[in-house]
Amino acid sequence: MRVALFVTCLADAMFPDVGRATVAVLERLGVEVVFPPGQTCCGQMHVNTGYQRQAAKLVRNHVDVFEPYDYVVAPSGSCVGSVRHQHAMVARNAGDAGLADRAQSVATRTYELSEFLIDVLGVEDVGAAYPHRVTYHPTCHSLRMLRVGDKPLRLLRHVRGLDLVELPDADQCCGFGGTFAVKNADTSTAMLADKMRSVLSTRAEAVCAGDSSCLMHIGGGLSRLRTGVRPIHLAEILASTGSAG
Amino acid sequence: MSQTFLGMPHAPAGVGHLHGDRPFPDAARDALANTQLRRNLGHATATIRAKRASVVGELDDWEELRLAGEALKAYTMAHLDRLLPQLEAAVTARGGVVHWARDATEANQIVVDLVRATGTDEVVKVKSMATAEIGLNEALAAAGIAAVETDLAELIVQLGHDEPSHILVPAIHRNRAEIREIFLREMPGVDPELTDEPRRLAMAARAHLRAKFLTTKVAISGANFGIAETGTITVVESEGNGRMCLTLPDTLITVMGIEKVVPTWTDLEVFLQLLPRSSTGERMNPYTSTWTGVTPGDGPQTFHLVLVDNGRTAVLADPAGRSALHCIRCSACLNVCPVYERAGGHAYGSVYPGPIGAVLTPQLTGAATSLPYASSLCGACFDACPVRIDIPSMLVHLRSTQPHPATERAAFEAVAWTMASAGRFRLGERLLRLGRLIARRGRIRRLPPPLSAWTDTRDLPAPPQQTFRDWWSAR
Amino acid sequence: MSARDDILARIHAANTGIAAPPVPRDYRRTGTHAPGDAELLELFTDRLVDYKATVVPCTPATLAATLADICRDWTVVVPAGSASSVPGAVVDDGLSYAQLDALDAVLTGCAAACAETGTIALDAGPDQGRRAVTLIPDRHICVVRADQVVHTVPELLARLDPTRPLTFISGPSATSDIELHRVEGVHGPRTLIVVLVTLSGGLRRRA
Repeated sequence: MRVALFVTCLADAMFPDVGRATVAVLERLGVEVVFPPGQTCCGQMHVNTGYQRQAAKLVRNHVDVFEPYDYVVAPSGSCVGSVRHQHAMVARNAGDAGLADRAQSVATRTYELSEFLIDVLGVEDVGAAYPHRVTYHPTCHSLRMLRVGDKPLRLLRHVRGLDLVELPDADQCCGFGGTFAVKNADTSTAMLADKMRSVLSTRAEAVCAGDSSCLMHIGGGLSRLRTGVRPIHLAEILASTGSAG
Repeated sequence: MSQTFLGMPHAPAGVGHLHGDRPFPDAARDALANTQLRRNLGHATATIRAKRASVVGELDDWEELRLAGEALKAYTMAHLDRLLPQLEAAVTARGGVVHWARDATEANQIVVDLVRATGTDEVVKVKSMATAEIGLNEALAAAGIAAVETDLAELIVQLGHDEPSHILVPAIHRNRAEIREIFLREMPGVDPELTDEPRRLAMAARAHLRAKFLTTKVAISGANFGIAETGTITVVESEGNGRMCLTLPDTLITVMGIEKVVPTWTDLEVFLQLLPRSSTGERMNPYTSTWTGVTPGDGPQTFHLVLVDNGRTAVLADPAGRSALHCIRCSACLNVCPVYERAGGHAYGSVYPGPIGAVLTPQLTGAATSLPYASSLCGACFDACPVRIDIPSMLVHLRSTQPHPATERAAFEAVAWTMASAGRFRLGERLLRLGRLIARRGRIRRLPPPLSAWTDTRDLPAPPQQTFRDWWSAR
Repeated sequence: MSARDDILARIHAANTGIAAPPVPRDYRRTGTHAPGDAELLELFTDRLVDYKATVVPCTPATLAATLADICRDWTVVVPAGSASSVPGAVVDDGLSYAQLDALDAVLTGCAAACAETGTIALDAGPDQGRRAVTLIPDRHICVVRADQVVHTVPELLARLDPTRPLTFISGPSATSDIELHRVEGVHGPRTLIVVLVTLSGGLRRRA
């Protein structure tokens, strides 16, 4: 099986380990991974900040790049959410009905990593080992836009050595919300403070999520407070096979 | 939007309570600094969330009810120009009088004239979002008419010279100790030994209002539903102050937004299940009253229904925003919203706070506002909404209709230009790597404005040595 | 142009090109229990008690004695067309609000009831009287016949005539306005006693 990796602009530029881990997990399961080099950004930040017109060219680029593939996989619930729930709308609002149809077609073939592993490959045990105490934060877009449900948890429960501790008030937003974190920094920080309190109460060594963006936010707060709790992407845990990490 | 839908006037500024005077982030900052307020809000919203989840879980057809509610509202809005005259005809046939008001100013004038015609200078009021929206109490006061709020929370707000902060529980920002202080200070003849036990506080309100209910000649209410088929008006409440106002006075004046119409009596079966479970987390609220025009020998013998537009038709004219009118004012979206829970209702500067307020208020007023940005787009509001209003998508839509700051626009234009081509994006990533120069031990701790809003409380990781795509090409 | 014509014209313009999909009615419209079914009465009782009403079961034969016992220390008003009464009851022949306020309790029947929500519906019929009578006295004793109890809200509404003034009552008056804590008894009757009449008896008194 051949899969196009949509690494996302954030992982590409800031968290390349997440991309490498996604490749490692998929290849371990016998999937052929290709990286279409024309890819850039899904445009979600533009759409969500009110720049739909500007986002239209990003949608066009995304559709052009990923249209040839039967499967597109991304290590981000949020970016997949944008592809599925925003791309066709942005194209329609830009007056390009043809692009909207093509975007819809790409969207139906685009999967968030845990969805792809469980729904397409039918795998829950990816052969990972990660002997650490970990708590899982279900990011809002994975939870409520994609409805991934407990798929990430099912994957984590099969990771050898992993001590999975439940996060209190797990479904509460961490306060990231893209430019919300800057435009409403005080409210965002108050939400982050409560999320960090929940994370710290679990006494986990690491907080795991399926989105680099939310992890950058939670991790940024945990780092500022010098808590020693590290953020880790779901893909990185699933790629891990030993005690390193 | 106002330029797109010419001829659909918005709610006027300078009257009523829709136009806030401060940007949301500024008002929220003050609320966040008030630790007592945050505790009160956190406690109250957590309590109501748990109650709602429990009673919603009892119904195995909850999703089917939501789908029916959503479709009924869409049907109603699509046929509003037929349903409203039908409602008017049915009310009139049963002895009621129907009035139409284009906006808040017109609605207030109608009500003031109706009250004046009765010769009274005091009215009792049932809690009503519509009358709060149009600023009716202020209009009545200007005409020398005292309006007594009879809902416990509205009474707390009125006696505390305060503003409501929640659709359902307007005094949610107050705790019992604060309420006791307000009663001791402002309630004539109150027992000086009053404690802060909620039961004792409720009984003080009962005693305070009893004489008013039995003697006041004119009452003013809102309406939860107006049934076009039969002309039946419905008020859903808990305390019995509604029944008192709707039953005992000689004259009843009901102010109703035009979107509150429900096609048939049978359709009420959907909303009477959705509303109480979503709002107070009860299987059914203690009291629901319905009346149709005037009933000889029972209740007010004069009934006026004032139908108010006040910007609603402007909302209706935006296909991507009109479903904000589907709101049945349950406030479930407030109670699940992480932003509302921290910032509180006052920060929204409107009688409609929370997620629904962030989409409804800007559309009613047509004014530039920071409200559509008062959300992290977490989506909890959509899941809680009993009529499935897609608030997150509507927030995104409204953000695209707002004017943007020039520097921000330039930055987003530049980023979009860069990101539209992989070659330019790759160059951009190289530039980003310069960020490593300001990092210490892999962390960036201070950035210039506006990004300082991030680094004030959060570190940023240093950009990596090698991007993913560089690694991929090298492998 | 009148405000009415103006608003209707605005709506008409705003709705151009708008079509609404059909309304799905896949929710439960009829319950799993027939009206008056024993399990349904148990559910009804549970719901009432949960909202701090008192439920007193009886049979047609014991109704009069049951009511007399409940009301023995109270001055009671009954609607002019009431089927039930108690010794010494005052009949409402147009009492003033002040006179109603001076009485201890009101005794009425009901139009229908809903088990799932613990709701009693009054339609101002002869045995229920005008709305003021069931509102001003501090205690409401309401006689509900088993066959008046339906399972679901849709079944309840189907039994009612919307052109009559209706009052739906679910437990005594209550507020949640202080810290979202429910307090029973504000402006309406602070005590609600439901006398549930079944042919067979067999239910127990609960409060």
